[in-house]
Amino acid sequence: MRRAFIPCLLAPALILFLGAADEPQLVPDVSQRTVEIQYSFTGADLLLFGAIVYPDGRRPTKPADIVVILKGPDQSILMREKEKVAGIWVNADRARFRSAPSFYAMASSRPIEKIVDDKTAAIYELGVDKLQLSPSSLNDSAELERFQAGLVDLRRRAGLYVEKPGTVEITDGVLYRARLPLSARVTIGDYTAETFLVQDGRVVAAAIRDITVRKSGLEQFMAMAAEHWSFPYGLTAIVIAVGMGWAAGAIARRI
Amino acid sequence: MDLYLPIANLSVNALVIIGLGGVVGLLSGMFGVGGGFLTTPLLIFYGIPPTVAAASAASQVTGASVSGVVTHMERGTVDFRMGGVLIAGGVLGAGIGVLLFRLLQALGQIDTVIGILYVLMLGGIGTLMAKESIQALIALKSGKRIQARKRRHHPLVAALPMRWRFYRSGLYISPLAPLLLGMATGILTMLLGVGGGFILVPAMLYLLGMTTQSVVGTSLFQILFVTMATTMMHAMTTKAVDLVLAILLLIGSVTGAQVGTRISMTLRPEYLRILLAAIVLLVAARMALGLGWRPDEIYTIEVQ
Repeated sequence: MRRAFIPCLLAPALILFLGAADEPQLVPDVSQRTVEIQYSFTGADLLLFGAIVYPDGRRPTKPADIVVILKGPDQSILMREKEKVAGIWVNADRARFRSAPSFYAMASSRPIEKIVDDKTAAIYELGVDKLQLSPSSLNDSAELERFQAGLVDLRRRAGLYVEKPGTVEITDGVLYRARLPLSARVTIGDYTAETFLVQDGRVVAAAIRDITVRKSGLEQFMAMAAEHWSFPYGLTAIVIAVGMGWAAGAIARRI
Repeated sequence: MDLYLPIANLSVNALVIIGLGGVVGLLSGMFGVGGGFLTTPLLIFYGIPPTVAAASAASQVTGASVSGVVTHMERGTVDFRMGGVLIAGGVLGAGIGVLLFRLLQALGQIDTVIGILYVLMLGGIGTLMAKESIQALIALKSGKRIQARKRRHHPLVAALPMRWRFYRSGLYISPLAPLLLGMATGILTMLLGVGGGFILVPAMLYLLGMTTQSVVGTSLFQILFVTMATTMMHAMTTKAVDLVLAILLLIGSVTGAQVGTRISMTLRPEYLRILLAAIVLLVAARMALGLGWRPDEIYTIEVQ
């Protein structure tokens, strides 16, 4: 069932390596299959690691490169751009994107532009500027580019879009490891950790692991209550507010 | 001490929020205002989404006004009839506020409207307060007494049909006047997360011509119930009330309010009012600059 999550773009690559026995394979893993958000959650560090298995154990003379990508659930978003109108800044222009990842972190063994060409990077969405956002509003391409740059800038500063070129360590050409930070502002949902093995500018192997990010314990209960039991939830908020205000007054009168 | 807010979806430093609540509570105890006008902008400044900030600030105002209402009820300085009419108006206003909130959100102009409303409201009231308290101070210094303003209601109020007697307020006016006033504050409470005491107290004094003794108690009484209604409406419609955030704010503000009340007893009311006027004008100026300055973020993202 997990296969269903694999984006269609990866399917050709998978068929490629499953079909041909002389292609290398990836055996990836992640340090945590589930990330639980609790009261003390301030972000997490995920370790993505694994092995490159070459057929017959023959390692190529030219070392291969590894790119790992951790991606959050896609969101449909509406972006607004502020403009100065009559002396004040108001929202003016807007653009709609149907598939903006809520989180995107990438690490590679060398800078991306040295590993693959632009076209390959675009196919596999290697890099924040290569994301396929599926715009659904009637903006021209210059406008869309501006909005995309705005989105990337905003999310980069919030720690939601991360690029760490040159941080994947490859040991003896067969073991790799990379560390990616998960910001405290991440959206809950199903995440994917994708690993790409790149040789001579060509993606020769790809593998995917799923990671679940969810709220747990009291946080999960409260989010659920706010959403589905709004009346008792609101009542609780009121009772707490009145109770605390009254108690503080009563205590202060005794002192 | 970092704590994750389950509705705002981010982690905050709990001590900063408690401290913020404490400062606001201190001011609310000192000046007898809810303090929502400070909480919402400060929370937004800290990075809390505006909707969550406004929704959670309302419940903080509830907490800060409870003990005031109890005290005033014991002293018999709450006009329940007037309060009831104001609350009815306030709940209606909050309902209109919900619709306005949704409309403005859909238009993408909610942030601008909140900003402009803050500047107009705080700037206007702050200027009025400053003018009056400076006059009072000059009078105090020169030893002259300013002539007490004759208590009477605005001619527009007198023109409204149907009259009720409000014994504790010493009024015989149409209930439509306080109803409309309550509605206006209800809309503000919903949009801005403020209690509306700022608008209510001067309006009750100068527009309705209520007796000074019952003004504060009655306005606190209205604020208490309207913020309760607003919290509920936010919980049901925007679902943006963050209980963890509200509790942190409450811890600070209910303590601060008690300290503030004690401080206020040792200071001259004239100085208190000029201090409050200065704070209000400062917040208004900051918000006005925020509207005109190039914002840090040109782009905003709304997840659908």
